Amino acid sequence: MTQSRMDTRPDESDVTEPTLGPVGMLRWAWRQLTSMHTALFLLLLLAIGAVPGSIWPQRNIDAGRVADYLASHRTTGPWLDRLGFFDVYSSPWFAAIYLLLFISLVGCVVPRSKIHWRAMRSQPPRAPRHLERLPEHGQIEVDGTPEEVLQVARDVLGRRQLWAGRYRLRSDGLSLSAESGYLRETGNLVFHTALIVVIVAVAVGHLFGWRGDRILVTGKSFSNTISGYDTFDPGPWVDTEGLSPFSVAVDKLVVTFEEHATGAQRGAPRDFTAYTRTQTSPGAPQIHQILKVNAPLTFGGTSVFLLGNGYAPVITVRDAAGQVLLHEATPFLPQDANYKSVGAVKVSAASPKQLGFFGFFLPSEYLDKDAGPSSFFPDLKNPALALGVYEGELYPQGRPQSVYTLSTEKMTQLRNARGEPLRLLLKPGQTIQLPGGRGSITFDAVQRWAGLSIRYDPGKLLALIGSVAALAGLIASLMIRRRRVFVRVRPLGPRTVVSIGALAKGEDPGLGTTIEDLLSSIAQRIGTKGSDTKA
Amino acid sequence: MTNQTLAQYANLSVYSAMAVFTIAMTAFALDLAGAAPAVQGEGLHAPRARKAAGIAMMLTRLGGLLLIAAVAMRGLSVDRPPLGNMFEFALVGSMFVVVIFVAISLRRDLRWLGLFVVGPVLLTLGMAITVWYTDASQLLPSLKNFWLVIHVTVATFAVALFTIAFSVTILHLVKTWLEAQDPIAMSRVRATVNAALPPSRSLDRTAYGMHAVAFPLWTFTLIAGAIWAEQAWGHYWNWDPKEVWTFVIWVVYAAYLHARATTGWSPRAANYLALAGFGAILVNYTVVNLFFVGQHSYSGM
Repeated sequence: MTQSRMDTRPDESDVTEPTLGPVGMLRWAWRQLTSMHTALFLLLLLAIGAVPGSIWPQRNIDAGRVADYLASHRTTGPWLDRLGFFDVYSSPWFAAIYLLLFISLVGCVVPRSKIHWRAMRSQPPRAPRHLERLPEHGQIEVDGTPEEVLQVARDVLGRRQLWAGRYRLRSDGLSLSAESGYLRETGNLVFHTALIVVIVAVAVGHLFGWRGDRILVTGKSFSNTISGYDTFDPGPWVDTEGLSPFSVAVDKLVVTFEEHATGAQRGAPRDFTAYTRTQTSPGAPQIHQILKVNAPLTFGGTSVFLLGNGYAPVITVRDAAGQVLLHEATPFLPQDANYKSVGAVKVSAASPKQLGFFGFFLPSEYLDKDAGPSSFFPDLKNPALALGVYEGELYPQGRPQSVYTLSTEKMTQLRNARGEPLRLLLKPGQTIQLPGGRGSITFDAVQRWAGLSIRYDPGKLLALIGSVAALAGLIASLMIRRRRVFVRVRPLGPRTVVSIGALAKGEDPGLGTTIEDLLSSIAQRIGTKGSDTKA
Repeated sequence: MTNQTLAQYANLSVYSAMAVFTIAMTAFALDLAGAAPAVQGEGLHAPRARKAAGIAMMLTRLGGLLLIAAVAMRGLSVDRPPLGNMFEFALVGSMFVVVIFVAISLRRDLRWLGLFVVGPVLLTLGMAITVWYTDASQLLPSLKNFWLVIHVTVATFAVALFTIAFSVTILHLVKTWLEAQDPIAMSRVRATVNAALPPSRSLDRTAYGMHAVAFPLWTFTLIAGAIWAEQAWGHYWNWDPKEVWTFVIWVVYAAYLHARATTGWSPRAANYLALAGFGAILVNYTVVNLFFVGQHSYSGM
């Protein structure tokens, strides 16, 4: 917080206590914490502390990249992890910085509000004897008695000023004190109080908010219950039983990519549109709604966002007798900008050994010399599945595993006649017989999936209100000028000498001009040419 | 869809602007070099004509118009605000720098500053047209939102102001350093620079004023970005690298303003914070856009 020339708080250096008792120690600690230097130090520490989160991958954003980093940095990785460099914004040291800053903020806003409250209800101080000692001053000689001139000065100062508002006046014999721009400090306090509100709003969102993600293949629907999500991440105080019972079905997903441009822009996504049917509760009427990026669906305070998309090849696996063991659209996860996607098909019904297919879906397949089967465009120009086949136990010890990868520790890869790993390359409509009478696999068609992210954040409106108030307060505190202007008049024969001095809080480049303007206004009102003796 | 011919004209306009700015920069430099201090005992001499500076100012205005034309044609060629990739940000940012400089120069004498505004603009345009160049094309879905115009325009405008304020702050530090030296023992180069620059107090005031305007604009950028992020990604703040650096910039400049308001800090120390803030802006624009993985991956490269 700002502690500046007009602050009435004693300087830290003035505090001299020979022996500090426990209360004294607390008092001293409080003073240190709420001092401007500490606040500045904490601010800079906050800036520096935030940086690692942009350099190292963060678990809350991309846990996969963190795992990759740890796998490739075996010595430094675990240490960085221990120090919280992969969870910077929830790490104890980052929390320590912002909590101390928060306390410092409160410890500054409260006493300053008191001081400002008093200042707003008190009169401006008396005019100092020597106005020429003030940072800005000027003098003029005009006709008229001192009383007349003082009255004119009062009228001139009574008018509203640009950037400073109306002056509050105090008459004191042959002098006049005026003060304006109280809104500057009001804005300053509003700004800092609003920051506290924003921090509280963030905390509310963290405690009561939740997010869930769901990959939804076109033609399917999902309901807003915990079991409806692929991942669900609730705040500590969320009532997970009380989620609003809406449901969303995606009928069609239209995806457009850049076809015309060349270079890096080619294949860049251009439009994602999901045609949905929604219900606010199980019995409610179905509504057709369009869901796009930047245009979420809302159900009360909960919003459904379209954040991702990909392909789900429809695959049928039959046994040797032609009996269907599996028939479903399996979502594959895009790995690059051309949607080379990775996924797994797990056939637990196969016997005697379970079957697993693992590999890539390629929307525009070509064979790269080094990388193997790859995709040259994100849209479906030459769709193909490139799969390896494993047999054995799909779920050893029933451990939870990703649906997009196979856990191959209890599985063996099938090989072809030459002893090389068996690789299947399937085009839509194609069926391949598996060796050794293991049945067949058919690539029937390609569907798309929509990556839906569902969020509930009860703090966001408060955060918005807080930040807009902070901005308004900031503008007021930076643009409004807090000024004190003093006028003294003294008779000089039949004429009167008017002296004006002024000082401002903070930077005020317009102060000098203000004095010149005041002097010339006074001279003009008196109606005689005054001889300017401005110093 | 995309009118490539118009985009070519936009590039042509950028190249023309760069040619004009190169001459302007040379003229500004010649003008500053001519600001030789009065020789001892010569007394008062007539104010120099500063013809070079006049030409430079005219050329800067011309270059500004060419940049405005380039931005307009680029926007028309793709039928959208030209705020979709690094080339376009740099182009619009340079345009704002020149426009702000010319606008202020209509009211105040800024001939001393010209070199330090046109120079960075030329550098930025050079980077933009060679390294960051991106073919004119349409936007990513997440950018298709009217907040693009609000958020990115204000962000670029604020950065433009911070850039000019940065130049003035550097000049302030140089001038303070020169003012502390003995004017008689000063070398000719130093004396020339000293004579060319306004007094440090006035430089300081100018720099502070610009920062004081740019900071609320940056605050607005942050808030508008959060509102947009809430619509596009579902969370108003997620510590994406771009968000982190926007926040770091905000905090550093907040510290600068606090340091200015505290009596314990000299303006000089506070000015170092302003320089650090601009360093963070450069990181945010270059390193974060090109090297960090995040959701603001709009460099187009």
